[in-house]
Amino acid sequence: MAEASPLQDSIGKFRMDRAETDARIRTLIEPFNKKGVTIGDSSSFANDLEFDSLTVMDFVAAIEDEFDIIISMNQQAEIETYGQLVDAVCKLADGAGA
Amino acid sequence: MGQADQREELAGSTPDLFSKFDPIIQQRETLLSRGLTDPFGLVMEKVISPTRAICSGRDTILLGTYNYMGMTFDPDVIAAGKDALDNFGSGTTGSRVLNGTYRGHRECEDALKEFYGMDHAMVFSTGYQANLGIISTIAGKGDYIVLDIDSHASIWDGCALGNAEVVPFKHNDIEALEKRLKRIPEGAGKLVVLEGVYSMLGDIAPLKDMIGVAKANGAMVLVDEAHSMGFIGEHGRGVAEAQGVLDQVDFVIGTFSKSVGTVGGFCVSNHPSFEIMRLVCRPYVFTASLPPSVVATAATSIRKLMHAGKKRAHLWENSRTLHSKLKALGFQLGTAEPQSAIIAVIMPDLERGAAMWEALLHEGLYVNLARPPATPAGMTLLRCSLCAEHSAEEVETIVGMFERAGKAVGII
Repeated sequence: MAEASPLQDSIGKFRMDRAETDARIRTLIEPFNKKGVTIGDSSSFANDLEFDSLTVMDFVAAIEDEFDIIISMNQQAEIETYGQLVDAVCKLADGAGA
Repeated sequence: MGQADQREELAGSTPDLFSKFDPIIQQRETLLSRGLTDPFGLVMEKVISPTRAICSGRDTILLGTYNYMGMTFDPDVIAAGKDALDNFGSGTTGSRVLNGTYRGHRECEDALKEFYGMDHAMVFSTGYQANLGIISTIAGKGDYIVLDIDSHASIWDGCALGNAEVVPFKHNDIEALEKRLKRIPEGAGKLVVLEGVYSMLGDIAPLKDMIGVAKANGAMVLVDEAHSMGFIGEHGRGVAEAQGVLDQVDFVIGTFSKSVGTVGGFCVSNHPSFEIMRLVCRPYVFTASLPPSVVATAATSIRKLMHAGKKRAHLWENSRTLHSKLKALGFQLGTAEPQSAIIAVIMPDLERGAAMWEALLHEGLYVNLARPPATPAGMTLLRCSLCAEHSAEEVETIVGMFERAGKAVGII
């Protein structure tokens, strides 16, 4: 993993605040929000956004690439709402450079 | 107590545990109410050969079994099974690590080691348990499993049974695999899980590139070669052999219920500490071992598959012929070129898929109707799997049946 460290260090310098993370995720979610649902912190992916498993995979991949993080299935299981996702990404993106 | 077909009243507002199945019960009832034969209720009344059976009184060509190499009626295989029944009895009544290891189990593992040219082989009671056991045992808490999103249910269940972090990537996407591997925290153990042939569309994995990426990132590699054993690769060792990377695979998972022609599963490996698996792998320890007749038929079949070059060639010929002729008829297929013994015919929806399946059955042809969640991207498929014992004439007959049924249902 020696090659990966410089990359992770450079990302660690960008300590993101929640609002910025929220804004970036909002842009990413647009193409997946086919019904144009108004998204708030309590919006649920399964019920409000009606994401199926394929949509979840593509959406998670988009977020992982944007923030250069891994959101494992184990972590995904804990994320039910949009707000929980933003919190999780903040934490993971922060941890990547720690 | 509730009457038959009536739901039992539960105290308070406790939900019926079965209510979660209501949507699938409803879908099934809708389908069957149209008068269709239940695609998941077929019974074979008599089995004539690896390629023929009597289903509902009708002589039927079998094009939906995993009997790729047609070993189920091989005289040597049958004789070995009968001999083992006579001399070792009908079952072992015990775990492999207690009283369930007979001479036949060892001979079967020896045959596997020879077949793959590997140092260690471990036989499980099913292929499902082989994936379940190996994956859940070797990837523990803090380790990462990186796997293809289209992986078989037994791989996913192996992930669910263990405590590792599970990270899927887009099907056969080398770049997606590499990105995820590079993001794994330093110091964490990594297991990449791939399949040689993906059984729904019959497509193969770019194992050479994927294994290269896995190794460059310090991961161990497990490849499930269930659908390629006996057929793909010069010695029938699978897709990793065909792509020249078998020596870089840490664990090959396989099954006896496809080309080998019986039931059981296995893992072969060159890992120097592999034998410890026999003591720590719960799906191996806490189940009864395979009956003596089963391991005897498996060992005999595996040894015969080592020298089945002619059969392999004929099976490839069958696969190429069926693929090109179905394509020419206008059917949409799972792969642009034939890549395995599986040819998936893509149906426009479940209703027409089920109608086509039934029309083929009336023609005297059995194929697999596959639908979500088993299939990728919500597809309904008629999955055809060829056998080395299908004659060239039978393949022509099959094409004719597809043409008539396809026109009758309005798919072509």
